Amino acid sequence: MKRLLLLVLLPVTAAAADEGQIRLKDGAGKALVESNCATCHSLDYIQTNSPFLDKKGWEATLSKMVNAMGAPVPKEDVPAIVEYLNRYYGK
Amino acid sequence: MNRRNFLKGVSGGLVLGGAGLALPRMALAAPLSMGPAELPSGTLESSLLDALPGKKPLIKRTFRAPNYETPVAYFNALYTPNDVFFVRYHVMNIPEVAAATWKLRIGGEALQTPMELSLDDLRRSFERVELPALCMCAGNRRGLFQPHVPGVQWGNGAMGNARWVGVRLRDVLDKAGVRKEAVEVVFDGADSGIAAYKTPDFVKSLPMWKALDENTLIAFEMNGAPLPHWNGFPARLVVPGWVGTYWVKNLVSIDVVAKPFEGFWMKPAYRIPLGKFPNVDRFITQETAVNTPITDMVVNSLITNIEEGQRFRPGQPVDVKGVAWDGGYGIRTVEVSVDEGQSWRPAALGQDLGRFAWRPWSYRFKPARRGKLTVMARASNRIGQTQTAELILNPAGYHHNLIQKVTIQVG
Repeated sequence: MKRLLLLVLLPVTAAAADEGQIRLKDGAGKALVESNCATCHSLDYIQTNSPFLDKKGWEATLSKMVNAMGAPVPKEDVPAIVEYLNRYYGK
Repeated sequence: MNRRNFLKGVSGGLVLGGAGLALPRMALAAPLSMGPAELPSGTLESSLLDALPGKKPLIKRTFRAPNYETPVAYFNALYTPNDVFFVRYHVMNIPEVAAATWKLRIGGEALQTPMELSLDDLRRSFERVELPALCMCAGNRRGLFQPHVPGVQWGNGAMGNARWVGVRLRDVLDKAGVRKEAVEVVFDGADSGIAAYKTPDFVKSLPMWKALDENTLIAFEMNGAPLPHWNGFPARLVVPGWVGTYWVKNLVSIDVVAKPFEGFWMKPAYRIPLGKFPNVDRFITQETAVNTPITDMVVNSLITNIEEGQRFRPGQPVDVKGVAWDGGYGIRTVEVSVDEGQSWRPAALGQDLGRFAWRPWSYRFKPARRGKLTVMARASNRIGQTQTAELILNPAGYHHNLIQKVTIQVG
């Protein structure tokens, strides 16, 4: 049987892989997004779902997180979170 | 987390392989991509190769819940090895289950005799059944939908073909006695969300007819080994022909119920619009006026040995390899076109592992001229269904079975 090696061809960095390395874009509302969203899931859910949602799309996502998934996001924080997501991860 | 091996390609030059697995030559010459270029740019940028404990590096889509897909090159093997099999979870707490103390609780108001079964009970008290079957996430290829829809942005790798060993769910339920008022069977795994927030627990149900189908298994082995933690240790449901959402992992309870189960992951999640898809299997107790739970997989295929843009030498034959599958009717033909779909030629079908497994296929041709050329593959099944030439849009991005098109460069 053909035996294959683990090949690593070009530069690689080795480090502990975890969600701590995720860096969201800097901007107003980032801290709110990090503190609220990362309670239940890694922040790469935001990165990977970009950039194709418009403001309505991010509002719908927030609404699903709060109403269906039980995310304890204070009502007064919702507009700033949507604003950040739409501005930095919207289409 | 700190036990993970982590590899990240700084300039994109990364290749992985596994002992004994015949990766195609292109994998040695080209960087391993994070998926098709049609994926959202944010997906391609945030994905990386990462190894969960006990796994080889896979394409990480999200860390928590862990969603990792298998690089397509691994699909050139008949069975997908356990340590590269895709991982898909919905909620963040996924406790490791101790086999010695694990019990599977069988109950529900429509069951006569509640039981608790240990792993030994399962192994000793029921007939052992082996079944090759494809497990594919309902959202496989969601990331290829245009326009994009939210969710885990899977490329082609949220699937795998394995040899499952377990016992028939039917045999277990027969022993416990199903009452005549039973309408659905409900399955829960050890995973959970945050209780304080009432995150919906991942719980799924099956209609009685599918639960009692002779091919529906409680599986405790995969490819000759215990299930990996990330694929459902110590036991998971195997629902051949149906999408992966029903293949509940790390099983803890099975309840036979007299009323349709209502839970977030049954309704509104994992739904398709009524009447849009050619699916045969119905889940009538869960249907509404507008939608229905997703059920059997639609007929589909994937080219596994050629990457977009790959170069070939002029005058040399091109070998195209792939896999094809459907919801359990069996693949009848796979056809390949190298002229933009004007003409189609039959591919050679490979080993038949049974109607629930994928079917390998291959096709060899000699390009007539230099330049760019598209290779397309189209599978049809034994009940006359064929892959779609126009994507069937639906809100959650399920059942992507658009005919695949790969462009190669000759010369």
